[in-house]
Amino acid sequence: MIVTHALTKRFGRTLAVDAVDLHVGAGDRYGLLGPNGSGKTTLVRMMLGLVYATSGDIEILGRPVPKRIADVLPDVGALMEGPGAYAHLSGRRNLALLDAAGPRGDRRTRRRRIDEALDRVGLATVDQRPVKTYSLGMRQRLGLAGALLRRPRLLILDEPTNGLDPQGIKEIRELLIELNEDGTTVFLSSHLLAEIEQLCTRAGIVDRGRLVIEDELTALRAATGRVLVATPDAAHAAAVLDGQLESRDGDRLVIWHDDPAALNARLVEAGVRVRSIHAERRTLEQVVLDATGPGSDRFGEPE
Amino acid sequence: MIRVELRKLLLRPRIWASVALLCLLPAIVAVFLATADFPPPPGQGGAFLSAVVNDGALYPAAALALVLPLFLPIAVAVVAGDSVAGEASGGTLRYLLVRPVGRTRLLAAKLVALAVYVTAAIALVVVTSLVLGVLLFGTGAAVTPGGQPAGAISLSGSPLSSSGLAWRLLGAIGYIVLSMLGFAAITVLLSTMTDSALGAALGGLAVLITSSVLETLDAAAPVKPYLPTHYWLSWIDFFRDPVFWRNIDHGLLLQAGYIVVFFGAAWANFTTKDITS
Repeated sequence: MIVTHALTKRFGRTLAVDAVDLHVGAGDRYGLLGPNGSGKTTLVRMMLGLVYATSGDIEILGRPVPKRIADVLPDVGALMEGPGAYAHLSGRRNLALLDAAGPRGDRRTRRRRIDEALDRVGLATVDQRPVKTYSLGMRQRLGLAGALLRRPRLLILDEPTNGLDPQGIKEIRELLIELNEDGTTVFLSSHLLAEIEQLCTRAGIVDRGRLVIEDELTALRAATGRVLVATPDAAHAAAVLDGQLESRDGDRLVIWHDDPAALNARLVEAGVRVRSIHAERRTLEQVVLDATGPGSDRFGEPE
Repeated sequence: MIRVELRKLLLRPRIWASVALLCLLPAIVAVFLATADFPPPPGQGGAFLSAVVNDGALYPAAALALVLPLFLPIAVAVVAGDSVAGEASGGTLRYLLVRPVGRTRLLAAKLVALAVYVTAAIALVVVTSLVLGVLLFGTGAAVTPGGQPAGAISLSGSPLSSSGLAWRLLGAIGYIVLSMLGFAAITVLLSTMTDSALGAALGGLAVLITSSVLETLDAAAPVKPYLPTHYWLSWIDFFRDPVFWRNIDHGLLLQAGYIVVFFGAAWANFTTKDITS
């Protein structure tokens, strides 16, 4: 769906995006994760033809961008860094104007599509109030409704949960998963680990303009080769597993072992009562912290 | 896209306020003239003002002379300055562009909407001032009893038939619209260069003021024929008998030049720039 090759963008002397090779497959829920100022927004804007790349290629839905952007965008729904709406008009009026402005905005179905989109994002009962009276969360939902108006094949969302409360974030997450299961590819950028971890099937991590890791989320969160065991017979267990024990904290043990099932069988055989046992997985946070430096909106930090 | 742009203009309270203000100024002047009961001496005050007291049908021309130097350009600068920069600062520009609306198409729609706005604003000024003029000053026949045919007197002193007055008025409106578009082109270029609608509008007005100042400066004589405001007042020549075409032709040519150069520059800038707003 999205492929970039050696994509680079320079603003004056600043290198915003540095030789990024990105691969988003059809059906993915792809999360682009990175600290503030790492180039996520510039990357998204280049995909949408708003910012022109200094060098490198972009291909979206199999077509080169920005050369054939006009063929690509009708199939793409986008939310970029917060919603944009005419503040003195109502949400419905805003959606109607946006729909009328471009291709495939069939007038006969417009009303129905607007109602459906508003319903999906939880604004079904919104009235004629102007957008300037909306809360940030409502505006964000309105922006998302705009992106969904024409059932896009690909959603490109830059920080989609900005300004939403926890309940709203959960609703949007469920909506995106539902859309994805109906066949929409979802690409989103975020600086929130939890968001990517809970929503995405694939993730890329950017740091200072470079894509440092890109992989399936399950691979990124692979087992570390350690097993966490809790037992009331900790001392006995430690004696049984001498040599494989990495650390012990009261009745909790960290053991070097690949297979929790086999380990459990061995412990029980030796008469150790096991209260809990599970393989340790890397958290995405560890992956990110290993892969990235400090946020680039901090200045004066040693490199 | 043009329809969408026009609808956006119609839905803006600001647009209606600007048109109302444009119509209000001539109305205020008309009321004062009507109640004062004596005409301003010829050659003083705004153009046509001494003549309108005798014939209200000429008041639209006087109204245009009142709003043209400052009011109309301010209104045009505000709308033109808002055209691209307003969308950028409101965050709607990026959504329009990924809708997708081609950049050239968007800019062209903005220009057409701007032209329609200027034409409609002037037309409304003409209509309201015509109604007011006839109501307050009569149509000439009333003040010259004795059967002389009703009709305005041209600036050259010969009478004008009402059809003659009508086409002259239409010509003047067309000329003013073109003059305003030449000025709007400069402001639209500024509007594509900044995200501040106010900044673009003020920039346009700065150009206007600079041009007006140079216009009064003898030392600037060599550049005067090329100043955007130099031929603005030549629409008055439509009301001479016969019509004095020389300055009108020069003015049309000059404004066409401004429109081509500055809209061209606005297009070149807008279609190649990074949208980071």
